[in-house]
Amino acid sequence: MFWDWDYAFDVLPVLAKASIVTIQATLAGFILALVLGLVFAIMRMSRNRAVTGATTAVVEFIRSTPLLIQIFFIYFVLPEFGIVLDAFLAGTLALGIHYATYCSEVYRAGIEAIPRGQWEAATALNLSPATTFKDIIIPQAIPPVVPALGNYLVALFKETPLLSAIAVLELMQTAKILGSQNFRYIEPITLVGVFFLIFSLIASAAIRYAERRLSTIGKR
Amino acid sequence: MPLKSIVVTAIVAFAAGLVFASFAGYELFIPGLLEGTWITIQITVGGALLAVVAAFIAALARMYGPAPIRWLASAYIEVFRGTSALVQLFWLFFVLPQLGVTLSPMTSAILALGLNIGAYGAEVVRGAINGVSRDQWEATIALNMSRGLALRRIILPQAFVAMIPPWGNLFIELLKSTALVSLITISDLTFRAQQMNQATFRTLEIFTLVLLIYLGISLLITFGMRALERVATGGIVRGRAS
Amino acid sequence: MRFSGVTKRYGDLTVLDNLDLDVAPQEKVAIIGPSGSGKTTVLRMLMTLEPIDEGVIYVDGKPLTHMESNGGLVRANEKYLRSVRGNIGMVFQHFNLFPHMTVLRNCTEAPINVLGLSKAEAEERAVELLELVGLGDKLGEYPQRLSGGQKQRVAIARALAMRPKVMLFDEVTSALDPELVGEVLNAIRMLGKQFQLTMLMVTHQMGFAKEFADRVCFFYEGKIHEDGPPEEIFNSPKRERTQQFLSAVLEAG
Repeated sequence: MFWDWDYAFDVLPVLAKASIVTIQATLAGFILALVLGLVFAIMRMSRNRAVTGATTAVVEFIRSTPLLIQIFFIYFVLPEFGIVLDAFLAGTLALGIHYATYCSEVYRAGIEAIPRGQWEAATALNLSPATTFKDIIIPQAIPPVVPALGNYLVALFKETPLLSAIAVLELMQTAKILGSQNFRYIEPITLVGVFFLIFSLIASAAIRYAERRLSTIGKR
Repeated sequence: MPLKSIVVTAIVAFAAGLVFASFAGYELFIPGLLEGTWITIQITVGGALLAVVAAFIAALARMYGPAPIRWLASAYIEVFRGTSALVQLFWLFFVLPQLGVTLSPMTSAILALGLNIGAYGAEVVRGAINGVSRDQWEATIALNMSRGLALRRIILPQAFVAMIPPWGNLFIELLKSTALVSLITISDLTFRAQQMNQATFRTLEIFTLVLLIYLGISLLITFGMRALERVATGGIVRGRAS
Repeated sequence: MRFSGVTKRYGDLTVLDNLDLDVAPQEKVAIIGPSGSGKTTVLRMLMTLEPIDEGVIYVDGKPLTHMESNGGLVRANEKYLRSVRGNIGMVFQHFNLFPHMTVLRNCTEAPINVLGLSKAEAEERAVELLELVGLGDKLGEYPQRLSGGQKQRVAIARALAMRPKVMLFDEVTSALDPELVGEVLNAIRMLGKQFQLTMLMVTHQMGFAKEFADRVCFFYEGKIHEDGPPEEIFNSPKRERTQQFLSAVLEAG
């Protein structure tokens, strides 16, 4: 049969429960990415060439290699050093670190877009670097780059199915299990695809809306 | 840019040294990894070719086609960008057979990944064509060229140069996404890594080496695209008014 | 050619206001006026770069912007436009040469692909024209290696390679350094005589217009404010705005 609506409605509740795991992984991963990305960005601005060099190397290395391998690395390699994480934690950690590298680029672009005059004014007022960053630079750097960060949130969300490779019970893994249990993959996997598609379209529209709103405020 | 390359290469060399220093009996898994690398490269190249073709067709269809073709192209772009490569891979691998169409895993892989990157590539192509100055179009009208001729001989050659850097990034994304094919039983580099890991449990060395190999291929892609850019701009200026 | 009741609007702004203009074959017309008066728009509409809002343009007796259909006139489609557009050529203020092609190829591309000339024929024609404008030694160069004056002369040769009957010049020396203006004007002067072209020139080069044009049209606010032979317009303009414009231009040097 081409499409079995009864079966589709049967699996929907199971998928709905699994989507919670997907959303949890997305949010946890993204929060980590936001925070760690900021750390990376600030470290790359350091005066110390060793710090800058090392951070750049690490960021480029992570950005240029597959997320899947990084997931495996954290899940399989860390135990050799005594750190054993469960699949969800390992997967979320990998997602967070991988996307932190993208976010750090976004932050850097935002910070670099701040006119030199702001830095100079802060120096003239004898503000400490920490205060300068906290109160002057970051508040101005973040709003313009929110749409770009939003796009990475959506991208991260769409990559959560990779966690199925280490058996995290998110949407894709659940769909595969349902498919193999009932010998029918069409409905579960298509539903998962449609779910991602709809969410992604809504999120993109929301980001475009936010972009328009944000570009009109803050114009001097 | 140069500093970054040096730093990265240095880290690569250092890490490679580290990894090799702890090898004993590495003959065990290098051959397997090399075979996997070859599969990965094949999928990357095949996917890249498909992506470029799909991107051009979709972009041109969306910009110049009649309404139903435009709609089709938009649908392709939105669907493949709105779902992830893994979802597309699994759909081709698990769902298509149940609808009566059985493709080999390699075909599914190249198809899914190629179409996925192609959807992003369509936006790159569109952006580059739109980026060619309007003055060039007006010159073609003044010379009574048809739109097709103008596009083919004047606009696209200029757009081509502008697209090379973004395509370079997309090809690296493609390379990274080939790791996913290990999940549909293809013996690519990632699959071999898992395999070797199960066999020898030298997890750190294997995965570090694998990461280095992916990094190496991605550096090759970057340098290749830079060389292509240098060749393409031999005597050419980037479409500015001249 | 003839403009008959032509109107062009951009939103609320009327750029050409019910314009009537007749140009005889091989007439050399200079179009002058303040910016925004519609002079460039006249050229652009003739070259079908902009659509008409009202009115009809005729070239060689045939309607350019409209086709005859069922005894009446309807807006022309792309195919018809291309069939009558071949009689018109244009040289732009910013040259618009093809940067990825040599000088020679810039001039042969359209004759080969649009007129169907063989490569040999097209090259022969292009070389002849390029030598006429003094660039016979630059055939293999790329545009960005040329000076502004040289680029503009290539642009003129490129347009003439299509053997149009009408040539349009849109402020072709405005983007040039002053010392390069002369070579371009010389080229135009020489070609105008040699090829018996009808020419419309939007220009600020009043000296050139006075010496070369058969007729000068002063445009103001979308209409022809004054129209006559150069001696009359420049030496004894009849209308006040024409006088104001001319004295302002002279003051600016």
